[in-house]
Amino acid sequence: MASYSTNEFRSGLKVLLDGDPCAILENEFVKPGKGQAFNRVKLRNLTNNRVWERTFKSGESLEAADVIDQDMEYLYTDGEFWHFMMTDGSFEQHAADAKAVADVTKWLKEQDVYTVTLYNGAPLSVTPPNFVELEVVETDPGMKGDTAQGGSKPATLSTGAVVSVPLFINIGDVLKVDTRSAEYVNRVKNV
Amino acid sequence: MTPTGCWEPTASIEALQARALQLKYLRSFFDRRGVLETETPVLGRHGVTDLNLDSVEANFAPIIGCPARSGWLQTSPEYHMKRLLAAGSGPIYQVFRAFRSGERGTRHNPEFSLLEWYRPGFTDRELMAEVADLVCGWLECPAPHTLSYRDALVRFAGLDPFEVSDEELENRCERWLGEGNASGLGRDGWLDVLMSHEVEVALREQPPTFVTAYPASQAALARVSVEGGVPVAHRFELYVNGIELCNGYWELTDAEEQRQRFLADNEARKGAGKPEMPVDEALLFALEAGLPDCAGVALGLDRLLMLKMGKTSIAEVVAFPFEIA
Repeated sequence: MASYSTNEFRSGLKVLLDGDPCAILENEFVKPGKGQAFNRVKLRNLTNNRVWERTFKSGESLEAADVIDQDMEYLYTDGEFWHFMMTDGSFEQHAADAKAVADVTKWLKEQDVYTVTLYNGAPLSVTPPNFVELEVVETDPGMKGDTAQGGSKPATLSTGAVVSVPLFINIGDVLKVDTRSAEYVNRVKNV
Repeated sequence: MTPTGCWEPTASIEALQARALQLKYLRSFFDRRGVLETETPVLGRHGVTDLNLDSVEANFAPIIGCPARSGWLQTSPEYHMKRLLAAGSGPIYQVFRAFRSGERGTRHNPEFSLLEWYRPGFTDRELMAEVADLVCGWLECPAPHTLSYRDALVRFAGLDPFEVSDEELENRCERWLGEGNASGLGRDGWLDVLMSHEVEVALREQPPTFVTAYPASQAALARVSVEGGVPVAHRFELYVNGIELCNGYWELTDAEEQRQRFLADNEARKGAGKPEMPVDEALLFALEAGLPDCAGVALGLDRLLMLKMGKTSIAEVVAFPFEIA
């Protein structure tokens, strides 16, 4: 596997640090005028999403991590694994465990396309698209005419996610939701 | 790394105007004080031996009476200016374009503007007062405090650089470098970690601060004397908003001591796997001929301009930084 020197560290580069795959976020060169040069680096540990700060002597290197992002269609879950299929026509399937899908389960809809991050060929994490469209399966009855303003209420979506929605939303409505903030955006279809 | 066709300067026109104004201010400052402006070579026969400074090599085609020879873009005008001092120049200053290989970051550009000046008859303390006049007159900042290297580390890193054991220093640096990664840096390397990661960061919240009395092992070209029972270098640096702005010495004038330091530098370079650098004999001859007692300082003008304009990146004050030069 290739390795990268501190001067090649740039945002997005995937490297191995203490055995874990990490993505470089920032790389700052520090050097007292007469002193030793260092690189202060911020990295995201891709196994747990935690941000690490680590300093390297300038010129040190880290091994590259075999990490790639792939678009995959979500197929189904057997309770233990969540199964995805490549969208490149190869029909190649990958099984992601609970750790990899984490709380993304609440956005998983069959046949929708997600970004699956593979580490050494196996799913490491799953990222939903920024916006998904999901049907409401449970909420208090809608209040007719109240489409402009006013309060909100919880609604449970077909995937299990619970989002705060305006009072006029009904069971069976399809909503556009921002997965980054878990916030309601608008209603795309009403019953 | 840089898109081709990128032609525009990274500094605003306003920054270029402020740079011109800064030069005017400096020249008038030294003119009023009777310090002579000088020019010395950017391309010299010698680089520097410093362990942590790498010169840019600039080879030269043969000319009549001189075969092809290697040359070096100067990391500072220090050696040439000391030759002028030894020749009886009196107080001198220079606005110089210096080059340091491998240095690029938010506060570093490999080619940068350096103000360097020398004051025969001054001690480090007297020169610090003049640096304060120059910097505070331009930045309109409060007068700098003075903190010894020892006190700076005690206060902001919680350890005494002269008393702490190697083992404790190394363990302490693992906080930044990771477990097991701090070995082999050596005492000065460990102290550099704490200086740049802890002290410098703390100094961002402090008024302008001179750090003085460096460990003798970091004396570079400063004379050394014993203070508080330990040998310390008459070297000072000024930090404004945590930015290292200048580095000054009560200059070493002893040729033999200077030669020993050059040789020790080269030993250290060899140990670090870096090429040894030929020693500048012309400087040693000048010291032998007699360098007057003097203090000298080098101040980063790009950083001074960053502070003046409240910028956080050197590219905002340099028209064409390295990538697009």
